[in-house]
Amino acid sequence: MEILVLVKRVPATDSQIKPAADGKSYDPAGLEFVLNPYDEHAVEEALKTKAAKEGTVTVLTVGGKEAQKDLRTCLAMGADKAVLLDPGQEFDGKSLSEALAAKVKELAPEIVFCGKQSVDNDDAQIGPRLAGLLAWSCLTDAASLEIGDGTWTGQRDIEGAKEVVEGKLPAVISCSKGLNEPRYPNLKGIMAAKKKPLEEGSAELGAPALTVIALTPPPARPEPTIVGEGPDAVDALMDKLKNEAKVL
Amino acid sequence: MSRYTGVDFYNLDALFTEEELMVRDSIRQWVSDRFLPLVNEHYRAGTFPMELVPEMGELGIFGPTLPDYGGAGMNNLCYGLILQELERGDSGLRSFVSVQGSLCIYPIHAYGSEEQKEKYLPGMIAGKLIGCFGLTEPDFGSNPGGMITKAVDDGDSYILNGAKMWITNGGLCDLAVVWAKLDGRIRGFIVENGTDGFSTRDQHGKFSLRASVTSELILEDCRIPKSHILPQVEGLKGPLGCLTQARYGIAWGAIGAAQAVYHECLDYSLSRVQFSKPIAGYQLVQNKLVWMLNEITKAQFLCWRLGNMKDDGSMDFSQVSMAKRNNVWMALECARLGRDMLGANGVTDEYSVMRHMCNLESVITYEGTHDIHTLILGHKITGIPAYD
Ligand SMILES: Cc1cc2nc3c(=O)[nH]c(=O)nc-3n(C[C@H](O)[C@H](O)[C@H](O)COP(=O)(O)OP(=O)(O)OC[C@H]3O[C@@H](n4cnc5c(N)ncnc54)[C@H](O)[C@@H]3O)c2cc1C
Ligand SMILES: Cc1cc2nc3c(=O)[nH]c(=O)nc-3n(C[C@H](O)[C@H](O)[C@H](O)COP(=O)(O)OP(=O)(O)OC[C@H]3O[C@@H](n4cnc5c(N)ncnc54)[C@H](O)[C@@H]3O)c2cc1C
Repeated sequence: MEILVLVKRVPATDSQIKPAADGKSYDPAGLEFVLNPYDEHAVEEALKTKAAKEGTVTVLTVGGKEAQKDLRTCLAMGADKAVLLDPGQEFDGKSLSEALAAKVKELAPEIVFCGKQSVDNDDAQIGPRLAGLLAWSCLTDAASLEIGDGTWTGQRDIEGAKEVVEGKLPAVISCSKGLNEPRYPNLKGIMAAKKKPLEEGSAELGAPALTVIALTPPPARPEPTIVGEGPDAVDALMDKLKNEAKVL
Repeated sequence: MSRYTGVDFYNLDALFTEEELMVRDSIRQWVSDRFLPLVNEHYRAGTFPMELVPEMGELGIFGPTLPDYGGAGMNNLCYGLILQELERGDSGLRSFVSVQGSLCIYPIHAYGSEEQKEKYLPGMIAGKLIGCFGLTEPDFGSNPGGMITKAVDDGDSYILNGAKMWITNGGLCDLAVVWAKLDGRIRGFIVENGTDGFSTRDQHGKFSLRASVTSELILEDCRIPKSHILPQVEGLKGPLGCLTQARYGIAWGAIGAAQAVYHECLDYSLSRVQFSKPIAGYQLVQNKLVWMLNEITKAQFLCWRLGNMKDDGSMDFSQVSMAKRNNVWMALECARLGRDMLGANGVTDEYSVMRHMCNLESVITYEGTHDIHTLILGHKITGIPAYD
């Protein structure tokens, strides 16, 4: 089974994001970048699928040269090959998913795994948009997955319930944290990753549908007020919660 | 606490390959996710988290420099970075891996017969067979050449008698590499746990390295097949060759412990307010932090250079002595300073600094005490041995 995984390099989740001078994008200076945490689950699920069904796992990212490092991490985890597509310009969910759809048609996998969202802009668009463009079935926010013969059965955690769904292959699966426990790249995997192919090309981006107008940091938190100490302070606190914060 | 990112004041990362950094980061993540949540429980109980050993085998950290028998064939910089990250977790974790790799897998690989290598190495590298290294005796620590454990030739077997003490992993082992005198010459023997006449007794009451099992090995008319002698080495150079390997790893490991301490102290001092401001804003506190950063950075350069020399074959054991001596000392000093910086909190196990401080008291003693390394270096530069 040919398996494709979509991954992205993102700032670590504990980063302090600062807007860049243009006021529309973030300033990458001083940030630490990591493989999008949900994508680790996508890679893991792809590797498990390969173990069960054989085939090859290709990881693909649209990004700059520095994303080679993240692709190598995926190769060290056990993926077979990697593709790095240079976007050459800014993109949004629409233009990116069009570029991905074009590449998916060329690579012709039977299943595509991606993270349910990338933690940089949290759009959560790529999986469903890609499935839409390809007219494939799509499981979003997958919490478990079983692949059969030409079909799949998956589970999603929805508000207050679990939903079990099934669909036909080919499919796009967007992966959530409960799906699996991503493996650590082991030393042999890291040694082997050096020798695996990493192909570079450019992304055929479509026209974007969105324009970012402004990126601003969240408003600074107001200074905390201490209303008092011990049991005596309870009334004053209740009053503030009810009448000022209006949370009760 | 903020996420652990290591210490790299001089952009040393630029001197490592992407692959070396990936090894470091992978082990760092594993230590954060898998080991640190367990450490206090084991430290209090005086046990080692054996439940992690299969994962450690899977990661490939036992004997990672070997190109055969299941080893990953990594260079020595990678090996050093692995041990640095393990000791960032706890010296007991690093000790486990040093003993398994440098003190057991190494001598079997370097001095063993083909049959011994095939029998033991794949299982040891996979973490399915645990080894220990029996050199120290109750009356012979810094002077192992004086050992009294004896092997006697008896037809198709050897009979071992004696006692070894302070043996890391002794009570956990499947096999012991035991050094004993055969006709007055030091030789290495592989003793499988379960052999008649071989027993272990765990040593209790340690204030240090509590997440590591330390035991006595007792050999009473212990009969082992002749094929269990390590054929390729005789004399003190056998165990000393192993110690050079292990000391190399300890020099790196100590940097990890120091970095853990520095990270915790910097974080703490930035958030702990006394008098009018965070204590990080006082000159005395900054002096301590700067001392740590300064010493860690120097230690990193020693190890980086040492690793390159080990890889190109030019490393001398006395250079390893310098790195072990300096780095463990500096880590222990960092931990002592750091313990103080955390005030009363620093004496609890909610923070790691006192655990590291206590551990490093063992690390500065084993694998050649600080002073013995001074004598090794003194011997090297003057040509005059001052041990006796
Ligand atoms: C937790 C732990 C784990 C250990 N694990 C192992 C293991 O797995 N295998 C193993 O074989 N051993 C192990 N050891 C033993 C360790 O290697 C010895 O403790 C070490 O070699 C020191 O020996 P000693 O304790 O007998 O001290 P001694 O040799 O008695 O030294 C006591 C003091 O005298 C000093 N001294 C000794 N000789 C001289 C001299 N000539 N000039 C000046 N000063 C001198 C020393 O520097 C030290 O300060 C372990 C020890 C500990 C604490
Ligand atoms: C086992 C134990 C028993 C205790 N028993 C008692 C008790 O019975 N009764 C009681 O009242 N207290 C007790 N204490 C508390 C003890 O007195 C305090 O821990 C001590 O005063 C230090 O305060 P702290 O822990 O808040 O550290 P901090 O004051 O936060 O100090 C942290 C670090 O910052 C340094 N520092 C602080 N201010 C400055 C400055 N201006 N310039 C430079 N450096 C600075 C300190 O030297 C230290 O290195 C006990 C503590 C322990 C550990």
